[in-house]
Formats: sequence, structure tokens, C-alpha cells
Amino acid sequence: MAAVSVENIIMSYGKKKQKINALSDISFSVAAGELFGIIGPDGAGKTSLFRILTTLLLADSGQASVNGFDVVKDMKQIRKRIGYMPGRFSLYQDLTVEENLHFFATIFQTSFSENYNLIKDIYVQIEPFKNRRAGQLSGGMKQKLALCCALIHRPEVLFLDEPTTGVDAVSRKEFWDMLQGLKKQGISILVSTPYMDEANICDRVALLQKGKILSIDSPAGVIAHFKNPLVAVKAKQMLALLEKIKTLDFVQDAYPFGEFHHVVLQNEKAVPSLEQELEAADLGHITMHKVQANIEDCFIQLMKN
Amino acid sequence: MNNDTAIRTHDLTKRFGGFIAVNKISFDVKKGEIFGFLGANGAGKTTAMRMLCGLSIPSDGMATVAGFDVYKENEKIKKSIGYMSQQFSLYDDLTVKENMRFYGGIYGKSNQFIKEKTKLILDQLQLKNEANLLVKSLPLGWKQKLAFSVAMFHEPEIIFLDEPTGGVDPVTRREFWTMIYKAAATGTTVFVTTHYMDEAEYCDRVSIMVDGRIEALDTPAALKKNYNTNSMDDVFLQLARKATRKSD
Repeated sequence: MAAVSVENIIMSYGKKKQKINALSDISFSVAAGELFGIIGPDGAGKTSLFRILTTLLLADSGQASVNGFDVVKDMKQIRKRIGYMPGRFSLYQDLTVEENLHFFATIFQTSFSENYNLIKDIYVQIEPFKNRRAGQLSGGMKQKLALCCALIHRPEVLFLDEPTTGVDAVSRKEFWDMLQGLKKQGISILVSTPYMDEANICDRVALLQKGKILSIDSPAGVIAHFKNPLVAVKAKQMLALLEKIKTLDFVQDAYPFGEFHHVVLQNEKAVPSLEQELEAADLGHITMHKVQANIEDCFIQLMKN
Repeated sequence: MNNDTAIRTHDLTKRFGGFIAVNKISFDVKKGEIFGFLGANGAGKTTAMRMLCGLSIPSDGMATVAGFDVYKENEKIKKSIGYMSQQFSLYDDLTVKENMRFYGGIYGKSNQFIKEKTKLILDQLQLKNEANLLVKSLPLGWKQKLAFSVAMFHEPEIIFLDEPTGGVDPVTRREFWTMIYKAAATGTTVFVTTHYMDEAEYCDRVSIMVDGRIEALDTPAALKKNYNTNSMDDVFLQLARKATRKSD
């Protein structure tokens, strides 16, 4: 049985004139024990999707279920079985770390000690601050506490909406390591992020843009679909270089990519042509080499098609 | 001081009681450079940036921004810089045009200047038809590009960008960086603080702060080489893990 199953979900906001389609006919499923990522920028529809699956919002049409329970008919069953960490910090700021944990445990009619072994690895990192009010914690610590609270009743499926937004690289890395640990304990995880580089840590990802799924595959599978030759170029005058490249007719697309520009070429024959053209142009210290596309390159290509 | 220098600091320090938030940092930023200012949460980035923006008086050391002293000439600094962040940039309840008039007015620009500049920006961003719409009705990507243009409205010498591209789609993000490159090419100095390492890769040089100190400063390529890795994320993790200061 799928941990999450979504069929033809449509969700819109606003009246006729200014209607915004948050989700336009979305379908996918998450296997039991899978770490599944929803990758998309702000406004893609990630939060609407999470709210529908956690029974907090009714879709206009379509069906969805979590561990076999229907999100509309079996609302109460689902709520007992899932853990949800919303994008916005939503713990009680005036309660201490420990009080928040006891509070959430009580709501789910369990106790902190009963499921301690599940959260132990995460909790030990915030334990030194257990008497501090949640509102006084740093971003990384808040995030760990929120995860502990979402896990306190040992959920079967965990929903994490942008858990790594606004936290630094060290905390982000630690957070993803924690998710790998939870996956090993058999918890199915649906996680969303606007950061493309985080896709690689998931078993499978859905790339979401303006309410539509651009692609569903393993990260390697998404990348394998990028068929064009891709070249990274660099010169002293980066802006002039980009403008020059965009005038070449064998170039399909070109855009800044960190310290390089990425150039998507129509075919292999264009690689030497690009080299010739750039050598002829006087832009200073030109270097170029072929590169493997990453998730961000794929997302850009899918967005433009 | 050298005319090619936009920002210069020497042993710049900020203490809060016994706590040293920024500990003797020294660096120069060249005119027209895109300079990345990185650090984990709590490393001291915000405190350092507040001093450079003339919002906080240092405890010790020296710094000049656009040629002005951070101790004595902080009002002049404020006029010479622009600031944009993901959290705060535009007024949602004002229209596109009103936002520009408001910022132009704050910086004491003439009506003539405001009128011409507004037209120029609307043309550049192709927002002519949206000029009288409330900012809150615009898609995020447009807002972000508009926020950058508004922060540049008074033609500052230096622009401070605080995590500028978080959350936007990858295509808009590229358009945004192209705008930054263009600004830098015309001599504007760009000072970017971020904790996303892929943003750091767009900078000419980056500094990495750990526990109030600058632990590394170089081009992204040189940093990757020195730390023997192919990702800035790795460089950052190697450095930030040395931190003993808790972000709490």
C-alpha cells in the first residue's frame, strides 16, 4: 500500500476573475518507507498540497489518501497516524522545549518517555536547552524541536513543509542526516524544499512549478532526461560573455551558474563551434568544459519547454 | 584611501558586554566587486553588516564605506548605500509606482529625477502595464526584481543584499543575477550576505565568518582548491564545524 496516493487533485483560490490555480491536476504516489521530495519555488503549490494531505484543506476535486485512508472521509484516522511540520514555526513560543514536547505527547495520548528512542538522536542536541522557551531558540534549534514534536507520537508518515528554509548550511546538513535516520526506522517521509540541491538526498522527487508537476523520477532519472550537451564557460568579462553566447544560433539556452555560465547546446556538433566562436571573441581568459547537468539545469529546461 | 576601494575595514570589532560578536575583522571590497559575506547563524554577519550600514557604532577598529567613516559619517553612509532583503523590501499596500516615489522621496530625490527614473525602471522590467497595481498582487519573481531596482533607485555606490534569491524559481533567479552583474559592470559594488552556498558561487570573492572572525577570504575557485573539494558547501562545512560558539 502506498504511503501517500494523490489522484487528479485540483485546488484553486479566489473568485472567478482572479482565480489562481494552486494545484492543477496533480497525481503521484509515495511508496511505504520512501523519502520523497517535492521540489519547487515559492508559489509552486507545495503548501497547498501538504495541507490537503494533512486534512487541513479540502481540494476542489480529486482524491488523496494516506496509508490507505481517505483525506476527506477518514480525517481522524489520518490525523492519528501522521506527523506534520508546517513551514512556519508553529510551536508554543512561551512554553519551554520540554513543555512543548510534553504538550504534543499529551494531545496524542502518549508520553515523552514512551517514544523517546525514536527522537533520542535529535533530542540530545536540544536537551541542553530544555528549560529554554521555544521562542528564544535559534533557527536550527527550533527546527529540531519542531521535528521532535512532529515525531512524538511515532507517526507512520511524516510531512515536512520546507524544513530547511532559513537555516544555515551546517544545520541543513544535520537535518538531512536525521531524515535518513528516520527513514531507516521505516517512516515514510514527504518533504518539500525550494532548494534544488536538496533533491539529491531523496529517493524520488516531483518537480513542481505553478501547480503542475514537471517531472517525477529518482534524482538520477531526472538528470538522465537531460539530453543536450551542456558546457560550463568562464571568462574575465562574464556579462559580455553571456551576451555573446546568446547571439549564437546553435545555442539553445545560456544562463549564469555560479562562477560559470551554463550553455545548453543543440547537439554535439555545436561543442567545437562554440569553442571557435569564443576563441575568436576577445573576452579574456576563456575556459570551457563539458559538465553533467544537475537538478537545477533540468528544472530550468523543463520550465522553458 | 585608495579610490578603487568601496569598503575597507581594519580590526573592526563589536562587543556586547563581555560577548565579542565581531572580532577584529579586516577586509577590503573593491569598487564594482560582487562580494559574498558568509557565515553560519550566529557567526556575526548581521552585526558586522549593521556596522557597515551605519546602523551600529563599532566598539573598536576602523571602517570606511564609500569613503565615509562608520563612527562619524554614518548619515552620509546611509545615503550612499542601498539595501534589499528577502524579508523587507517593498510596501505591499502601495502600488509599483508609489513604492518608487516613496523611496525616491526618502532619499531626497527631486520630482524630475523620480519621474525619469520610474519610467526607466518600468521600461527595464517591462512593468509598464502593472505600474498602478498593488505590489502584493505581483508574482514573487517580479517583486524580487522590482525590490532590487527600488533599492538601486537613488543610484547608491554600494548595495547590500541580504539573502536575495531564496525561494524563487531557477529561471527568475538567473534573471536576478544578470541584473546584479549589470549593476556591478557599471561600477556599483555589491555586498551579499547569505548562508546558501550556491549563491556564494556567483560572487567574485567570498569571506566566511566563524565565531566573529573571518576565517577565509578568496575567490570561490581558490577556496575550493585550498579546501580540496569541488563544492562551496563543503568549504563552508569544513570551516563552520570549527565553531565553538553556540548559535544559542
